[in-house]
Amino acid sequence: MSLSRRTFIKGVIAGGAVASSSAYLFRGGGSLLGQTSAPGSVERLITLVVNGQQRRVDALRQETLAMTLRYKLGLTGTKLGCDRAECGACTVLIDDVPHYACSVLTHSVRGRQVRTIEGLASPTGELHPIQRAVVDEQGFQCAFCLPGFVMAATGFLKTNPNPTREELAHGISGNLCRCQDYDKILTALMRGAEYMRGA
Amino acid sequence: MPKLVGQNYVPVDHVAKVTGRARYAEDYRVDGMLFTKLLLSPMPHARVRSIDTTAAMAMPGVRAILTADDLPDLEGAERGLTNEPMYAGEPILAVAATDELTAAEAIERIVVDLEPLPFVTDPLEALRPDGPSARLNGNAWGAPPPGGPGGPAAPAPLETIKWTAEDFGDEESGRLPMGKALEEWAFGDLDAGFASAAIVLDETFVAQSSGHHPMETRSAMAYWQNGKLFIHASTQSVAQTRGNIARWVGIPPEDVILISEYTGGGFGSKGGGAVSTSIPCLLSKKANAPVMMRITREEESYIGRARTNMTGRAKVGFTKEGRITALDLFIVQDTGAYGPLGDHRSAGLAASLIYQPAAMRWRAVNVLTNTPPRSQQRSPGPMQANGIMEPVITKAARQLGIDQLEIRRLNSPEGKALFGPVLPTGQRNHVTSAFVKEALDRGAERFGWDERKTRTGKRQGSKVRGIGVTVGPHGAGSIGWDSIMTIRPDGKLYVQSGVGNLGTHSVLDLARVAAEVLDMPWEKVEVVWGNTGNHLPWTCLSVGSQTTHGMTRANHAGAMDAVRKLKELAARDLGGAPDDYEVGGERVFRRGNPGRGMSFAQAGRRAIELGGRFDGHDLPEDINPMTKASATALAGLGLMGVAKDTYPRDGITYGFVIGFAEVEVDVETGGVTLIDFVAVGDVGTVVNPRSLVAQIKGGACLGIAHALFQKSVVDPRYGVSLSDRFHYSKPLSILDIPASMHAEAVGLADPETPVGAKGVGEPPVGAGYGAVMNAISDAVGEDVFRRAPVTSDIVLMSLENGRRMHAPLQAHV
Repeated sequence: MSLSRRTFIKGVIAGGAVASSSAYLFRGGGSLLGQTSAPGSVERLITLVVNGQQRRVDALRQETLAMTLRYKLGLTGTKLGCDRAECGACTVLIDDVPHYACSVLTHSVRGRQVRTIEGLASPTGELHPIQRAVVDEQGFQCAFCLPGFVMAATGFLKTNPNPTREELAHGISGNLCRCQDYDKILTALMRGAEYMRGA
Repeated sequence: MPKLVGQNYVPVDHVAKVTGRARYAEDYRVDGMLFTKLLLSPMPHARVRSIDTTAAMAMPGVRAILTADDLPDLEGAERGLTNEPMYAGEPILAVAATDELTAAEAIERIVVDLEPLPFVTDPLEALRPDGPSARLNGNAWGAPPPGGPGGPAAPAPLETIKWTAEDFGDEESGRLPMGKALEEWAFGDLDAGFASAAIVLDETFVAQSSGHHPMETRSAMAYWQNGKLFIHASTQSVAQTRGNIARWVGIPPEDVILISEYTGGGFGSKGGGAVSTSIPCLLSKKANAPVMMRITREEESYIGRARTNMTGRAKVGFTKEGRITALDLFIVQDTGAYGPLGDHRSAGLAASLIYQPAAMRWRAVNVLTNTPPRSQQRSPGPMQANGIMEPVITKAARQLGIDQLEIRRLNSPEGKALFGPVLPTGQRNHVTSAFVKEALDRGAERFGWDERKTRTGKRQGSKVRGIGVTVGPHGAGSIGWDSIMTIRPDGKLYVQSGVGNLGTHSVLDLARVAAEVLDMPWEKVEVVWGNTGNHLPWTCLSVGSQTTHGMTRANHAGAMDAVRKLKELAARDLGGAPDDYEVGGERVFRRGNPGRGMSFAQAGRRAIELGGRFDGHDLPEDINPMTKASATALAGLGLMGVAKDTYPRDGITYGFVIGFAEVEVDVETGGVTLIDFVAVGDVGTVVNPRSLVAQIKGGACLGIAHALFQKSVVDPRYGVSLSDRFHYSKPLSILDIPASMHAEAVGLADPETPVGAKGVGEPPVGAGYGAVMNAISDAVGEDVFRRAPVTSDIVLMSLENGRRMHAPLQAHV
């Protein structure tokens, strides 16, 4: 990887501006598990493309994308509900395909397009059609599962823009809700599909 | 006049929720924040002999270790950490380090010497003559002594109770043994009731435990600033949790600033917060740095609370018409390692209410086991009562040849129905209202009961269908809470809300009532919530479906106080008597002369000039000290409405939801598919229709999951919890809901509350639980199961063998 000094510094500054302490999971120096970029090891300072922006981030080899997003890039909309690929609360899109961010290593998404709930609305704040539909139908209750469901639906609708309720339910069945008015969640996301077709 | 109550609206927090900006406890960051990991007990019951932290403390990055010795004594009540773990998974100590990996590694290097102690995981084993007890000094909670006049009930005493071998004589029959009970009440002539009955049934049912598992675990982050504790935590009840945290940490409530703007679900497990919250608070103090405690899903399965399981035996007498003449109910409740909980009492009261027996006796033993701690879970007790009672009603209807809907309608409560024991006053309690028959009729019509009935029980290929109905009850409202609101010079109404924001929208709904009374457009209402630093009033716990009832009353009272003050202020400045004025269109004006008056903005300014009680400098005597402190802090900002709810109430408020289910059972696999579900609520005036439907459907889904697969599993040999993740506790998924689900409310106002609204969160749970199990019985026979969840192996084994094959009494399987 080749980087100009200038790009490097800009990236570090940008990362630091979002999460003031950018290395929660690793504080270098005295830490026991301090992993250094020894010759032959994986580069720790990497560039990710998140919500269309290049983000420089210092990521451990074993670090998951969910932890990087939440603790290094300040993107806390991605929720951790189980941390072991059971609940889907951490679903994000990687190259438009839904993935559980708790089970994706940050290093594996270098050069790929990562999209989180924060990146759905337009830069001017205009909601994505699915977000608009969720607001209109008041689709969720406590809403902790919401970002995962919305990202899963966004990804699914790219492959099947005009699903039946049953098809959409299957498409987002990797996501759990414990307030569990799944009926209304489906209604809201079906409305989202309709808005998207009209968009 | 803006009509707000009964109208849908978009909650003000929804855009934050859909954009990911809504911040839950684990979404906050503070400079220098440390992370903590917990050391959990591997044993179900043990005593800490010694802890060696030398190697861990020597590690770079490790900043502090907190043990139970650092926690205030809570007079035997559960603490965040313990030296005598009483269930596997109970936290013993916590490490704070600069990062989570280091904290986890430090945990590995700590040597804890544990002395194993006797343990028990099954409540009946704890009652055997030579059975182990969950605690060294007892195995059951006794009856709580009556409270002093006006005071709270005293805590239940810890007792040791063992039944005799003879008491267990009935065990072989699969019926619950019934030894000495620790609690008991009765009314009516039980013997005469049974003597006059056409049939008497005696059935035992095991209602399961299950983890609450809100999507957001009880993660929390704490730091100290200028002697004050700032804590970001997840709670159902912001106002009430502040005092609990103060007690757990050992500081005065006014030194706690609790921030909880969004809560990712609770279902009773975060009623007054979580005792584990004390860990980051005290660890932060010890390490002199902010501490984030991320609770994993596995940890949540241990410390995150679970429903009480109950084994119940019901002996019920019926006339030939199906009327219940006598009910003798015995409950063995498993309250886990802590408690005591009163779910068994709620179950007895619920049974007496929805089945209206002419005579009844209720007996119970509230047993401790070394299993994860319980707390009230959405419909705590009434849901289990539905489980214990419904199979008996179903069987009786079959034997008597009565329609399943008809027998429930016949026994259902109406009007100011009586329930529970004879009180010291010589009277029995009654409900404020019950429109159960109306709801049953509405639901039967919507569901098409009579038509569906004709096609059930007939086998088509390997499939057979069945329908079921159940009345789910729950207490639905408390009284006596406070409200604070101010009309400020900017012309807006600010309503302080101490309710937790857990997705029911009651945190905002209460302000709709205030706005409606004041004829204030909703756009000009600011709801202040989620931070005790923002001066919140004394508010009910958001548990037990009490918030909508309790807080609409309080805010009605506060808004009426504001109306009175507006009129007084206008009369003072513009002449005449207060009664000559009315409020509307953001003004207070002379009746018949709208030009003579003042705007709310002007009134807000004028109130500040006048001071005294107009702007909150003089406060009512009867409000809670917390309300008084908050109102004092807000004094001088505008015209203040502040009041305690002193509206009269004749009766105890209960809500009801009727569930109707149709299932299809595959007799070759034992699999059950829910085809259709209809629910109708008798929950008073509807405040927020869309949210109400969501509550009914969501609550029903929790009950449906309990009927079909959701449960806790504990290994009796090693005493460890096996359902330590979602996959093993089996919550409902989006593929488990029926293609068609409908919910509505009869919308009849409760006559004993000014807004007419009752709570709705809990009644649908028992409705879903009972209706689905009844539908299974309708499809494949009323004796196929006597425990929940009714999994496919239970159905299949029973059908294969022509009799029940499942363990009749064992818990946590």
